[in-house]
This record gives sequence, structure tokens and C-alpha cells, in this order.
Amino acid sequence: MIEKTAAELSQALSSGELSSTELTQSYLDRISRHNQELNAFITVCEESALEQAKVADEKRASGDKSPLLGIPLAHKDIFCTKGVITSCGSHMLEKFVAPYDATVVEKFKTAGAVMLGKTNMDEFAMGSSNETSFFGPVKNPWDLKRVPGGSSGGSAVAVAADLCVMATGTDTGGSIRQPAAFCGITGLKPSYGRVSRWGMIAFASSLDQAGTLSKSAEDAALMTNVMAGIDSKDSTSIDRPAEDYTATLNDSLDGLRIGIPKQHFAEGLSAEVEQAVREALKEYEQLGASITEVDLPNNHLSVSAYYVVAPAEASANLSRYDGVRYGHRCENPIDLEDMYKRTRSEGFGDEVKRRILVGTYALSAGYYDAYYRKAQKIRRLIKNDFIKAFEQVDVIVGPTSPHTAFELGSKTDPVTMYLEDIYTIAVNLAGLPGISIPAGFANGLPIGMHIIGKDFGEGKLLNVAHQFQQQTDWHKRKPNFEPED
Amino acid sequence: MALDKSEVEKIAQLARLHISEADADEVASRITDILALIDQMQSVDTETVEPMAHPLDVTQRLRVDTVTEKDRRDELQTLAPAAQDGLYLVPKVIE
Repeated sequence: MIEKTAAELSQALSSGELSSTELTQSYLDRISRHNQELNAFITVCEESALEQAKVADEKRASGDKSPLLGIPLAHKDIFCTKGVITSCGSHMLEKFVAPYDATVVEKFKTAGAVMLGKTNMDEFAMGSSNETSFFGPVKNPWDLKRVPGGSSGGSAVAVAADLCVMATGTDTGGSIRQPAAFCGITGLKPSYGRVSRWGMIAFASSLDQAGTLSKSAEDAALMTNVMAGIDSKDSTSIDRPAEDYTATLNDSLDGLRIGIPKQHFAEGLSAEVEQAVREALKEYEQLGASITEVDLPNNHLSVSAYYVVAPAEASANLSRYDGVRYGHRCENPIDLEDMYKRTRSEGFGDEVKRRILVGTYALSAGYYDAYYRKAQKIRRLIKNDFIKAFEQVDVIVGPTSPHTAFELGSKTDPVTMYLEDIYTIAVNLAGLPGISIPAGFANGLPIGMHIIGKDFGEGKLLNVAHQFQQQTDWHKRKPNFEPED
Repeated sequence: MALDKSEVEKIAQLARLHISEADADEVASRITDILALIDQMQSVDTETVEPMAHPLDVTQRLRVDTVTEKDRRDELQTLAPAAQDGLYLVPKVIE
């Protein structure tokens, strides 16, 4: 039963053939068997999970039919959880116990979901391979020598290896979609502003967005139903009526206009990934969709603009880690300056420091116009490309990543790592929703297909993804990483 | 543009980070590579483009200026590396 989707388990719970306590215990057992190897969880909450499961079972017994009641999930360790360590993958927050729940966490609690634990991630969400985590890299269950992608790598692996039913993630430049692609699962980044960022540790505030890692688009819809909505604590959460994302899953795709950006099928894309996505497009044609080429002429500038905007915002956001109010503080500082510098140098890893330095440089006197302002103008050009493309098409489809999961330790140069996100980054700069769904395999490794929607077009994205999953079984394939047991 | 060690030191000071003498060359070279990636955007003429600070084209929502949070000072200060009598402790600043 652990391999089932949330939608299937929800039915089993409601028919009484299964209890949340049994289900939760099965996942806890599986975590204790495999987490050492996979390193997907930083913290496991065995006791509280079983308590929450018991409460869920009681509520079910008394007639509560909330779809996610009793469903075991994991939260990326970037979401504050009251009374449970929230490390953000960093030595700086290694022992930080949040004094409150993030809005996303609170919403899942209200929905009755059971929190199994907190998942591993690149430090402060800065990375595309999960190798920058203070707690060590996460292993890809499809090949333990390979990375799971990042930064939500722990969440992606927890779902792919059936250590939980579903998990939350965050996506600043591809951090949900790329690990979803590498691990063969479904990953949705909603539009900027759709989900509250309150209690989600900030990396780049104009790009960060919370989303879902799950076994199907239907499960992503169930999760988004819980997560989406305005929050008075996040002034950038948008005031739009809540939607039922499950209601449109079965809409017909007859007449759907799909755009394929020529820039996403250009040099650098591996032949196997291209072939898988082109095969998937044929599937869509069968369903009545038409395919048109669209132009995103400024896409090649997205990584450049992102590596100004994101580090600049990060350098400001991470200035709060000063060793005064919470988090790490160095031993025996000689004065205040020494305390700041040693606290920060000890608490942050190399990649985080690098990005703080780049951001500080871009914002420093004399460089603002050449870097930050210039990047904001490029951001406008990128958004305009999408606005123009969406005049002709309903969704844009391409590969999520140029290739399948790469080997641990194989990309040591930061710039090479940054270019990993060449297809996903523009979506964050423009604030659009994007989803990655499994679309095939190359040499036993999953391939992700990327679908980009219009502003607040999550419903359409989930519909387009779900219809594909009704025709294909790529999303049902399971990694075989287990030694004989 | 290429950064040298002294410029890295200057930025590190602004960011309150300490970069050891042994690491300075490597940090300078990595950041120089990143700046080269960033500089690709300089080739585009953006003279007439309006900068985009944020993906949402909406105005900032304001709330009524009233206190809504309760006082949790004592609870929050338990998180501090050093606190006493409701105050955060730091190394001596004024002689």
C-alpha cells in the first residue's frame, strides 16, 4: 500500500480498509530501513506522527471526510514547524526549533495530514543537486551514485522511494521541478503569490514559491487545494478566490494549443530527453491538442539575470543570521564585528557564502545600475516573451532538464551547476506556474517533461498533466534500490 | 570583469564574512566566473525597458495599524545564544 497515491489511500482510509495508524507505521518502518542510505530525511517525527495518525483515525470514525485526513506527508526543512528543528540544510540553523508553524504547515495540520518529518535540501535552497546540504547529499533511488536534483532533493526522494505519500517543496529557480524530473515524480511550482510564503525561510523573496512533490498530478491538485490562498501574514500572497483544482482534472484536451519553445530544444539538450518529450507531444496530439512552435528569444539570458536577482535578494535576506537572536554563534567573540564575521563564516557553507558575496557585490555602490537594475530589465523582457507566446498557446511544453540525473560529485564548478536550470529559471523570473511530470526513461533514469502555464493557470496545468497520466504509466514506475530484504 | 583578492576582501567585509587568506584566490576566481556568466546580459540594449522588480503587477496591500501579535518575548528569547533580563547579549560595544 505504501506505493499508492494519496487519492487511492484517501479512499482506502475512508472505506475503513486501512487506518492512518497502520499506514503511518508502515512509512516509519520504511524510513528507518532506508533513510540511512538515501539521506532523504533530516528529522523523523515518529512519536508525533503516530499521535497525529491516531487523531486522524478518530476523526474519520466520527465522520470527517477531508481528503488528506490521515495521509502521511513530509515537509521540506525550509518550512518552520513549531517544536521541531527547522535547519534549512544549514549548520547555521542546525539546532533551531521554530517557535511557530509556517502557514503551509498549519494548513496541512488543519487538513489532518500526518507529518512524518522534515526532508533534506541544499543549504538555504541554494543548489541543484542537494550536495550543498550541511547534512550530506541525498541519493537518487534510481541510481545511488547519482544526485536527486535540488534543492528539494530530500522531498523528491522521499516520494520516489515511497518513504511518504507526498511532500512539500520550494522552487526559486527550479528546485521542485528539476528534482521531480530526476526522481521520476510529479512536481508543481504554483504561480508566485498563489501560496503563502509565511514561515518559509527566505532565499530570494521575489522568486520563492512553495509547491508540491507527489506521485501524480491528481495528488498535486489535492495538495494545492490545501496550500493555495491568501494569507494576511504574507502581503505578496494574492487575493484570488480559492479554486478546486481537482474539479478540472478530467476536462478534455481537445483543441488545447501547446507551444514548444525552440530555445528549449536547442544545443545542449540530450538526444534521449528530446526524443521522450517529442513522443509525449504525440500523445497530446492523440488527445486532440495542436502543437505550435513559440519563440522565447530572451531565454538564454534568464540564468544571467537570475544570478543577479537571486543572490542580491539572498544577501539581504541572509543578513539576519548574525548570531544575536537565534541560530549559530561562534565561541568567545572578541568584539561585535568578530562575532558577526566568525558566526557567519562558520554557519554558512561555501555555496551560500559565494552567493552572498555575488549579491553584495551586485548591490554595492557604483554597481547597482550595471547589475541589479539591468537584471530587472532583462526580467521584464523574459516576462514579455511569455506574454507574447501565451497570445498563441494555452500551455508551453519542453524538457525540465537538459539531461537525466548526473553523478554525485561530477559538477564541481558553480557555473556549470547554475546552467542546470536553463529551462526552469525563466518561469520563476516571470512568476508563472510550472509542473514537471515523468515522460520516459534513458538508461534506467527518469526523464521529466516541463509544462508552463499562464499566470494562475495551475488548474489548466494539472488538467494537462493528469490527462497525460491517464494515457501513460511513466509516473507509476518504481526504482529498485533495495538490497535483498 | 575579473575580481582580485583585495576586492573580494572588500565585499566580504560588507557582507560580514571572513574569507581566509588560503581561500581568497579560489573565491576570487569562482566569483569572476559567475560575473562572466552574469555579464552576458550586458550585450542586450535595455535603454527603454521598464525594470521589473516583482512578478505581480499589484499594489502593496496594507493592514490597519493595530497590534495583533501577543507579546512572546520570553518564549522567543529562549532561542537566543545569549539573553538576560529580556535583553539580547552581545560583546561589549561601548567602552
